[in-house]
Amino acid sequence: MELLITRHMKLQKRRVWLNGAVEYLSEAGSVDQLFRDMYRHYDIDYPKFFKMDNLCKLAFLSTEILLRGTILLGKYPGEEVAIILENASSSLEYDQKHVESIRDRNKYFPSPSLFVYTIPNIMVAEIAIRHKVKGEHAVFILEQFDPGLIYHYVSELFRNQQVSCCLAGWVESYGDHYQSFLFVIEEEDKIRAFKGLQEYVIFDTVNTEKLFKGKSI
Amino acid sequence: MMDVFVGASSTITSLGFSTAEHVKQIKAGRIGISIYPGGDLYPTPVPLSLVDTQQLLDLFREYLRKTKPDLQLDLFTRSEMLHILSISDVLKNSGVNIKDPRTLIILSTLKGNMDLLKKDRLPAIEPDRVYLWKWGEFLGSFFNSSNKPLVVSIACASGALAILVGSRLIKAGRYDHVIATGGDILTEFAVSGFQSFQSLSPQPCKPFDAARDGLSLGEGCGAIVLSRNHSLCGIPEKIAVAGGSCTNDANHISGPLRTGEMFYVAIRRALREASLGPSDIDYISAHGTGTDQYDETEAKALSWAGLKSVPVNSFKGYFGHTLGAAGIIESALAIASMRNNELFRSAGFENPGTSDHINILTDHIAREVNHCLKTASGFGGCNVAVVFKKI
Repeated sequence: MELLITRHMKLQKRRVWLNGAVEYLSEAGSVDQLFRDMYRHYDIDYPKFFKMDNLCKLAFLSTEILLRGTILLGKYPGEEVAIILENASSSLEYDQKHVESIRDRNKYFPSPSLFVYTIPNIMVAEIAIRHKVKGEHAVFILEQFDPGLIYHYVSELFRNQQVSCCLAGWVESYGDHYQSFLFVIEEEDKIRAFKGLQEYVIFDTVNTEKLFKGKSI
Repeated sequence: MMDVFVGASSTITSLGFSTAEHVKQIKAGRIGISIYPGGDLYPTPVPLSLVDTQQLLDLFREYLRKTKPDLQLDLFTRSEMLHILSISDVLKNSGVNIKDPRTLIILSTLKGNMDLLKKDRLPAIEPDRVYLWKWGEFLGSFFNSSNKPLVVSIACASGALAILVGSRLIKAGRYDHVIATGGDILTEFAVSGFQSFQSLSPQPCKPFDAARDGLSLGEGCGAIVLSRNHSLCGIPEKIAVAGGSCTNDANHISGPLRTGEMFYVAIRRALREASLGPSDIDYISAHGTGTDQYDETEAKALSWAGLKSVPVNSFKGYFGHTLGAAGIIESALAIASMRNNELFRSAGFENPGTSDHINILTDHIAREVNHCLKTASGFGGCNVAVVFKKI
């Protein structure tokens, strides 16, 4: 059984690529502004978005862009869809905010809405809640995007029949720096009926790295 | 079909510095949670389970003197000392070679060097070891491991997932051996955070009990050897990771799905992968934190899975909720129960306190354990189930 990358997106330096083509370019002067602009541009209606930290906002927006206009997840039961993400800074920005907020012992009232964002898998939870994704998930913390790890781990999930579709990639946010690369992995035999295969990319380490770097396959 | 075997383990909490020491202390009924008077960790008194600092420093100093006498103690954070002792313990007691390019260290943690988040502390430590990957890289280079350690972080279910990740990467052919490690130190970061959710009990926690009113935080670290080669595992019994699953509630970022449905699905799938039915399970090492909602949900899920009558305990009544370490050291103790065919009383439990009654252990008992289920859950809606099987 062949695994295929059926959709992919990338967001960095105020640009959004969908399936390799630039589809949005922003002039926003800050990360906060960029995320607000994108929320409006993509016509999203999800007030909970404004409560999220930047890591979750980035993961959320990236997933919206990746899945926009598709019935992709509707094809699969939620419990058969996986979310496997990597990042470098974990939730460090909110970790520091939490530490700052409890520094003064005279004003020692930590906020639960701040503390909850001090774990990186909340970005998985936000995607899961929005799209009713209930299957396997993981967050791996690495210095750099590691396509080989995703390839081996996700292939094993498909092999032991835990999943039939997977959202995977890299979601990194700290301060002014942000970068996301998300893609969808499906089984060849499940999509053959829908479209010609030539549009899809064979899921392996080399191809995944090429897509991440914006190189042609 | 390849088997992935579990082997030597290490466990460090308030109860001691090895898995064997924990078994001894638990058998003797010792509880490591005590009232911390307040101060550095929290303004008011709070029950905690802390690793003995003097003993940690003595053991680590001795370890450095024997292995790397040119290195000074102040080059290491508390978390790094705990992890180095844990990893060195399992390397000593197994045949796995850490320098082998086919060996991977997996680190399960919430915060790694959380004490470095406070500025102007620990002058001899590079500040960027606050990054989890950098902390992992430091630990890997200490042992001259060929591969940079992999950090797995999904809140309180991280440790159980680390075992699954290790097993799956071995089955995928990526590695042959994994040192699945878990650890978190306790600082005011976690104590204040859990208190903000009003999750902390004013007394030592009472998992699944009618009078339970919250969790107790514990400091802990541990490691378990995973290998496709049983002869390198360091234990005579053949015990394999037979199945496992991780699901998401897709319901709430900081509370469980009260029906227990996705927790149940994780258990069902883990059993299916292990080709076992509920009646095959001899023992369950539960997550059992002592909070009202999570224990209620876990009991529902276990009952739903047909496991109502299976003996179950939570180790958290002994040394609290050890966060990133929990899934690792509770699995290490569950594996010890399988090896010795003895099950331990669930400390803090007296009267059934969940809507679905499950078979909580009120005494230490002898019982042959061939199949064991380990469960875990955490913030972000994660549920993990792992099945260990004697072969």
